[in-house]
Amino acid sequence: MTLEGEPCPRCGAVLHHRKPAGVTRAWAFLLAAYLLYIPANLLPIMVTQSIFGTQRDTIISGVVYLWLSGSHMLALVVLIASVIVPLVKMMILTLLLLSVRRKSTWRIREQTRLYALVEIIGRWSMLDIFVVALLASLVRVGTLATIAPGGGAVAFASVVVLTMLSSLSFDPRLLWDALETSPSSIQYPHTDYAGTH
Amino acid sequence: MPEHIDHLLPAGLPQPERKPPARWLPSLVWLIPIVAAVVGLSLLVSALVSRGPEIAITFRTAEGLTPGKTPVRYKDLDIGVVKSARLAADRSHVIVTIALTRDAKSFAVADTRFWVVRPRFAISGVSGLETLLSGAYIGVDAGKSTETSHRFTGLEAPPVITTDSSGRQFVLRAQDLGSLDIGSPLFYRRVQVGHIVAYQLEPNGRDIRLRVFINKPYDRLVTADTRFWHASGVDLKLDANGLKLSTQSLVTVMLGGVAFQAPEHSNARTAAAENTEFLLAADQSEAMKEPEELAPALAVLNFDQSVRGLSPGAPVDFRGVTVGQVRSIGIEYQSDKKAFRMPVVVELYPSRMGLHEKDVADDMRKRAIVQSLVQRGMRAQLRTGNLLTGQLFVALDFFPKASLPTDLDLNASLPELPTTPGAFDELQAKLGDIVTKMGKVPFDQIGQDARTAMVSMNKMLVNVDKLVTQVNGDVAPQVLAALQDARRTLATANEALGPDASLQQDTRRMMQELTRTAASLRMLSDYLEQHPEALLSGKREEK
Repeated sequence: MTLEGEPCPRCGAVLHHRKPAGVTRAWAFLLAAYLLYIPANLLPIMVTQSIFGTQRDTIISGVVYLWLSGSHMLALVVLIASVIVPLVKMMILTLLLLSVRRKSTWRIREQTRLYALVEIIGRWSMLDIFVVALLASLVRVGTLATIAPGGGAVAFASVVVLTMLSSLSFDPRLLWDALETSPSSIQYPHTDYAGTH
Repeated sequence: MPEHIDHLLPAGLPQPERKPPARWLPSLVWLIPIVAAVVGLSLLVSALVSRGPEIAITFRTAEGLTPGKTPVRYKDLDIGVVKSARLAADRSHVIVTIALTRDAKSFAVADTRFWVVRPRFAISGVSGLETLLSGAYIGVDAGKSTETSHRFTGLEAPPVITTDSSGRQFVLRAQDLGSLDIGSPLFYRRVQVGHIVAYQLEPNGRDIRLRVFINKPYDRLVTADTRFWHASGVDLKLDANGLKLSTQSLVTVMLGGVAFQAPEHSNARTAAAENTEFLLAADQSEAMKEPEELAPALAVLNFDQSVRGLSPGAPVDFRGVTVGQVRSIGIEYQSDKKAFRMPVVVELYPSRMGLHEKDVADDMRKRAIVQSLVQRGMRAQLRTGNLLTGQLFVALDFFPKASLPTDLDLNASLPELPTTPGAFDELQAKLGDIVTKMGKVPFDQIGQDARTAMVSMNKMLVNVDKLVTQVNGDVAPQVLAALQDARRTLATANEALGPDASLQQDTRRMMQELTRTAASLRMLSDYLEQHPEALLSGKREEK
């Protein structure tokens, strides 16, 4: 703790024990993600123009279409990857940030695992964006058919990027700091945890 | 720098400069949620702002209408989208909620009309084919009212005329609808210039009122004396004049339609006012008939023959000119004669017979004209107009030999004109006579007699047969002998007449003598002619 705020003697960078302003940044990105999650789901993510007319698909209408047309598995995949995963991710981050703020020592170990999970699955949410980007670049048959990304795509991509930034800004070690400030409530689930962090 | 880490560093390292961290940098991150909020809010606001009025339309069915997808189109421009479709409380129709765009606010007025554009194969044509691929959409005819409305009743079929089409409407009064329908075309010299937009039965149940719409600039062609007639389908007419087939165009053959035109000699030039009422005639010739200046005069013709083939409307013909028509045909029992007769009431148009108003104004004068005509032999006669169909018409003509009828009543309310049996009927009567006479011939008796004659004949033939056998047995040998004798005689005769026969020689010699004698006689007669005195004095000596 002594070197906190001191510049590095070699490179001159300021040294920190934890990611500086991590909680603040995480909160800011998370809040922005929450805000953009609404238009991401309400606005059309893909605009299909063909001789049969113009079709605007939101994520949910795409899921409904897939489900109704019999592709139940695909519908579930899209629903989980595009709707549930970002939401769950944001909720997990909220939970983690809240427990840091409240210096809660409740199930720290599980919370740490949740953080790891968020890091892993977060990137899969970009699946939708890739599909739209691919289709938009592939399907350009003049007046016959054109696919263009809608406003929802931008918002959705922003949500995914923001949640990733948020989880990057978050320092999971903060969770464990609560143990040091309130040693009375230490609950060591296992004996060998300290070595992992 | 704290002292306790000095030993970790290599010697001679410059002292790092300590920069106070920029305190404002971390708070810069809050710009991101602010930007997100602004973006989200702006999207929300723009969505709210661009949202136009929401209207509800009732349709009979929601066929082809998909919430969130089916657009509302005006002149092929999307002005709204179907938001939801639900069943009405009484389940008789569906209520479709439509979100109009903000620019389309002006469409939510009382007289705007909505209908569903689907592929339609109606008699008036095929429409909405493009919706086969794109799905149905809701068509709009913008109203002009200023009164806003949010509840509409959708039309089940596209309106025939839209508010932005210009022209004028007229009213036609017809006896029956024929094959007309809403949307049936209106023709002027076979150019389609309008449509039928509505029809309704009059409350009295006798007439049909049709509303027609004539597009600009053709509406000016309708003048005060324009005639309208059914140009419906195939007009096949079979009457005393023969078979008449007339059609307007191939389209009307299938659809039916109305044609109109002014008579060629019409002098009406000013266009008729909107909603002027016209009569819809059954066909062109009826429409073009001149209105009779003089009221038709009624007369009754009593026929004693069958009037089969005569129908109301059949022409009354005077030497090839139609001067009237049959109005009704009846049957009447004459108790005094114990007979039936057929009173045929005809209407005669005096003006067509060259009579003037002054001739018919006075009853006395009218009667005098008729009296004189009847005295000169004018009679009505039923004639066959068409041998093939047996249609009859009434012919008026003069029959100078006709006897003057005695019981003719010219003073009755319906003046009677004398009749005479038709030429065909006379022929028929004579043929009938012949047939009756033929009927009187006792064919049975003749047959019987012939039969007896045949039997006796048979007997006679048998006798003849016997006779012949007898002749064969007894007579034939003798005849043969006689024939042989005859041949012998003939041979002898032949010998006697042969070229070297003595008889022949003698005959030839005798003939030569006779020739010589004749020559002497000729010489003598010649001599005597020259010398007649020789008879007395004898032949003179030659010198």
